[in-house]
Amino acid sequence: MTQASHHRRALWCALWLLLASGVLLLAGVGVGSTGFESVLRMWDEPVARQIVWDIRLPRTLGAWLAGALLGLAGAVAQGLFRNPLADPYLLGSASGAALGGAVAMALFGSSPLATQWFTRVGVTGMAFIGAAGAVGLTLVLAKGVQHTLRLLLAGVIVGVVLGALRDLVELASPDILQSMQSFTLGTTSFVGWMACALMAGAWALCSVLAWVLARALDGLTLGEATAASLGLPLAPMRVGLVAALALATGTAVAQTGLIAFVGLAAPHLVRSIVRVTHERHIVLSSLMGAVLLLAADILARWVLAPQELPVGVLTAALGGTYLLWLMHRRTSQGSVL
Amino acid sequence: MNSVAVSARHISASIGKRLILQGIDLQLPEGRWTSIVGPNGAGKSTLLKVLAGLLPASGEVALLGRPLHGIPSRERARLLAWLGQNEGSAEDLTSYDVAMLGRLPHQRWLAPPTAADHAAVERALRTTQAWEWRDRPLAQLSGGERQRVLLARALAVQARVLLMDEPLANLDPPHQTDWLHTVRALVAGGGTVVSVLHEVSIALQADDMVIMAGGRVVWHGACADAATHAALEQVFDHRIRVRELDGAWIALPSL
Repeated sequence: MTQASHHRRALWCALWLLLASGVLLLAGVGVGSTGFESVLRMWDEPVARQIVWDIRLPRTLGAWLAGALLGLAGAVAQGLFRNPLADPYLLGSASGAALGGAVAMALFGSSPLATQWFTRVGVTGMAFIGAAGAVGLTLVLAKGVQHTLRLLLAGVIVGVVLGALRDLVELASPDILQSMQSFTLGTTSFVGWMACALMAGAWALCSVLAWVLARALDGLTLGEATAASLGLPLAPMRVGLVAALALATGTAVAQTGLIAFVGLAAPHLVRSIVRVTHERHIVLSSLMGAVLLLAADILARWVLAPQELPVGVLTAALGGTYLLWLMHRRTSQGSVL
Repeated sequence: MNSVAVSARHISASIGKRLILQGIDLQLPEGRWTSIVGPNGAGKSTLLKVLAGLLPASGEVALLGRPLHGIPSRERARLLAWLGQNEGSAEDLTSYDVAMLGRLPHQRWLAPPTAADHAAVERALRTTQAWEWRDRPLAQLSGGERQRVLLARALAVQARVLLMDEPLANLDPPHQTDWLHTVRALVAGGGTVVSVLHEVSIALQADDMVIMAGGRVVWHGACADAATHAALEQVFDHRIRVRELDGAWIALPSL
């Protein structure tokens, strides 16, 4: 394969992912307890319109956006930590968000199933504050972003400590356990237009930031010293990349809970299709994450319809299986991931 | 007399609490190939990093007559290229993309590579005979093949000063010879090459030799000089002998 054909392949990959997104968006609007009929009748019936317009559409779009955020964060994390097993939740954002959510639920004291606007905004806001706070704490513990290994270790420690705090909060107010479960399993059922707008804004911001700093990630693949010898201003670039990582993860987790494996699997899937520099890799990973999560969400709504599975369970099961298979295939080809 | 490419004055550096370099004074002439040799732990790689401005140290380093820390990093990256050992391996990038990273100091931010960039990358990859697998990711290459791509990355910078740490790692003898020709061609074109080498026989083909031990420079002289050979045998505890064969100096084990 020549250089030009690598780039052509990347373009085709992007086009296919966009096409898949379009098809899945349509499918997502059609799938639900009242079936596709609601779409057909939405022009005459206010109830059908409400179902499609206020529930299915924002939820479908939300799944796409959350997946896009996680895929982007995953690609940035893997490049930044130079580790193919890096995951967007590494800096403690996941446990921070879960703690924030638990505190909010304990304070507001109601189940998210009640979908009170105030509670939703409260839980989402607290989850975001928790995620951002956890990343901040990790950075403080690691004394900045210079030492990748220290950063990883600090992220793990923050994750464990905040997880323990969350357990304490849950023990103190056991009535939030069920709502917490749906949060930690990950679900898109509470995503409304407001959440979509927030995620779209964060996605636009993070994409631009990550795309502008993609060359730092390319340089870092050669090691810190070589990247520095190439004249790259690593310190400010790292700050920018960590900010993009934290914002993308924090926003996604706050809206949809802890959805597993999308951030880890999306960049790997892209790499197994085409190997390009980070400028393109980040965009493709983001689209791949979006398609993965949206497909999983539709599947989660459809498999046991009219019941539905938490989408995080599905992504964990499917994503984990896929990664295992990928590892097995790569190991038999002589390289580990 | 050549002008000085890289000079160091009173350089001391420590990693953690251990003092690695102690009061090094060194002047490396422009347009020549200098090899740095010495036993393990002598501080060779650390010295090379300090000279490249990649490790903080006390003392003064000057590049082409200017204080190193006063040169903006992008300009420094165009003047001085550095090839490290056991660095990241860029597994997922193709050889071509890796070599193109050497052009980063020449490219404007977010600007696509120019024709000159592509030409420099092609030339570098052809020089190290890595052009054939330019489209293969590094993960699919052997250790020696990777090293040739990384070498091409350093060459693609087209810097006036090239610092290399163990550039022959994993290279088979024919490609070690190729490397020798490449370095000679660079120096003939006015470039300056400084290489840390464990292969003493190859290091003896350089113009000058810096011999290090215990964080100090114990000798700096021409490779053809008998005093250099004596210092070399001395620093390796007379476990090697330097002899002439077919007009070239080589190191043999003392049996």
